[in-house]
Amino acid sequence: MNIVIRKDQWINLAIIASALWFIWFASTHFDEYTVRILNNIAIFTILAVSYNLINGVTGQFSLEPNGFVAIGAYVTALLLLDADAKDYQFDIESPYPWVLGLQANFVWALFFAGTFSSLLALTLSFPVFRVRGDYLAIVTLGFGFIIRILAINNPEITNGSLGLNDIPEFSNLYWTGGIAILAVWGILNIVNSKYGRAMKAVRDDEDAAIAMGVNTFKIKTFAFCTSAFLEGVGGGLLAALLTSISPDLFTFFFTFQLLIIIVLGGLGSTTGAVIGTVLVIGGAEWMRFLDEPMNFGLFVTPAMPGMRMVVFSLILIFVMLFAREGIMGKRELKDLFKKGKK
Amino acid sequence: MNFLEFMQQMVNGFSLGSMYALIAIGYTMVYGVLRLINFAHGDIMMVGAFLGYFGMAVLGLPFVAAVFLAVVGSSLLGMLTDKVAYKPLRDAPKISLLITAIGISFFLENIFNVLFGGTPRPFPVPEYMEHIINISGLIFSVASLMVPIVTLLLLTIILWVLYKTKYGMAIRALAFDVNTVNLMGIDANRIIMLVFGMGSGLAAVGGIFWAVNYPSVEPMMGVLIGLKAFAAAVVGGIGSVGGAVIGGFIIGFTEVVVVAFLPEYGGYKDAFAFVLLILVLLFKPTGILGINFDKSRF
Repeated sequence: MNIVIRKDQWINLAIIASALWFIWFASTHFDEYTVRILNNIAIFTILAVSYNLINGVTGQFSLEPNGFVAIGAYVTALLLLDADAKDYQFDIESPYPWVLGLQANFVWALFFAGTFSSLLALTLSFPVFRVRGDYLAIVTLGFGFIIRILAINNPEITNGSLGLNDIPEFSNLYWTGGIAILAVWGILNIVNSKYGRAMKAVRDDEDAAIAMGVNTFKIKTFAFCTSAFLEGVGGGLLAALLTSISPDLFTFFFTFQLLIIIVLGGLGSTTGAVIGTVLVIGGAEWMRFLDEPMNFGLFVTPAMPGMRMVVFSLILIFVMLFAREGIMGKRELKDLFKKGKK
Repeated sequence: MNFLEFMQQMVNGFSLGSMYALIAIGYTMVYGVLRLINFAHGDIMMVGAFLGYFGMAVLGLPFVAAVFLAVVGSSLLGMLTDKVAYKPLRDAPKISLLITAIGISFFLENIFNVLFGGTPRPFPVPEYMEHIINISGLIFSVASLMVPIVTLLLLTIILWVLYKTKYGMAIRALAFDVNTVNLMGIDANRIIMLVFGMGSGLAAVGGIFWAVNYPSVEPMMGVLIGLKAFAAAVVGGIGSVGGAVIGGFIIGFTEVVVVAFLPEYGGYKDAFAFVLLILVLLFKPTGILGINFDKSRF
């Protein structure tokens, strides 16, 4: 058997190799603050490419990430904390015995986080994908709220609004970056497979897709569950990066940030989602000055917490109104090198 | 539990349901003409409540004048969002419209947050509304009696507009078939704007009632109320004004009954609307009034 590596595969390998080199270089040379931002970028890359799969590629408007990220974060945190640590920090109610018994290593914790999110997504799929219409958006928006309500009202499992603290800090750039590379590679493979083509068909014309024999329920469910899996994993990585989580971390703003990322990058483009992540997460760091007092020489504006979010929402509206394609449109990186073809 | 207690809860449920109904009508009408979940609708309600607050607390207007100000202001805002944000996207894929709606919603919440702060402001409820009426042990405030009455009045007006006027006919025709409406020489965009104006005005009334009953206003108040009102619209059968009212009452009563009789589940009060929404989607996606999307609406 002889393995032939095509030209584009060489390019992919080169990209992966340089990404790996960059991860190694960054974690050995960069200061802590930069590494932290890079960690954020890596985690949000995972979330953005998976969110883009359901929103951009399959064209089903969904607002789920904050819910599934919360689930992933809580599952991972409960699996990583040992019984003593849990017993020590559950202040509101003492934990259920089975909560104390939960224990796994980091890889399994992430895997369970993803699987659990994915199963929940499967359950949600039945009510929302059997009917046409945009119910997914409103159900997932409500889902995020319910997860928060559940987390606050079940202190025996989640320690209520105090959240979980002292989670072992397993996440580092090798983990986050490595899983981000895997996620992008995996999603690109799905998009280019027959399933991916079916997803795009559902997005572009659902009636035509049905006429061609695409089982739209299955395809939408597959896209949604895959998204949820990666979002659960991303949530787990986030929990192990931040070391403390609480219900307030996973508000709708979380989802909103991801929405801007994929809209800016170009709905439907996985490469675009990666570019969008770097721009938005890097930009959000840079835009911190908006929340602080500003000195215009003649007058000084007071500190305005939340100004960043106003700017974010204006960006989203403007992109939608005047540059609907975003940066990449529906194209991927390799399409940029194909001249004359669209 | 005695009869009196039961009746007391029914009064509360009626009042809460009326507020959901007022807001749900806006969702259902916009969905009828544009097939759009107007995520900003709950926040337009919030703006209405704030306008009422400013009218009374800052300008010192009497209650009725403040309500008038809020209704006019919210209607204009609703029409403005349509003109600025939704109209340019009429021919765009549906997802662009939904994303823009989310953007408008988030923008309104956060601009109010930046301008007026996130802490709830006490709403200056007029004294005569807090007056307590006691009918053989059944206790309720004037406000909780006024809410359902005004709702029924407004509902009558809306139904009259929809079924007895030329504009109403145009709105119903638009929900039926956009192309034919254009062929008949009706300016569809003007009718859509009218729908936004009507829905937003009703939402403002709902918002002010909310602010009177839970006497405070805050920038994020529209999020949860809006979501529940949308659930009410779906439960009643989205696209149908009558259905929105029925759905609103169902959700209002469910919440009141659960909190009153199962207090240990009180923390989950806000989750019931969604459970109901999911059940309806599973078993009867067309909602209670069973409107078929391919046939007539309203």
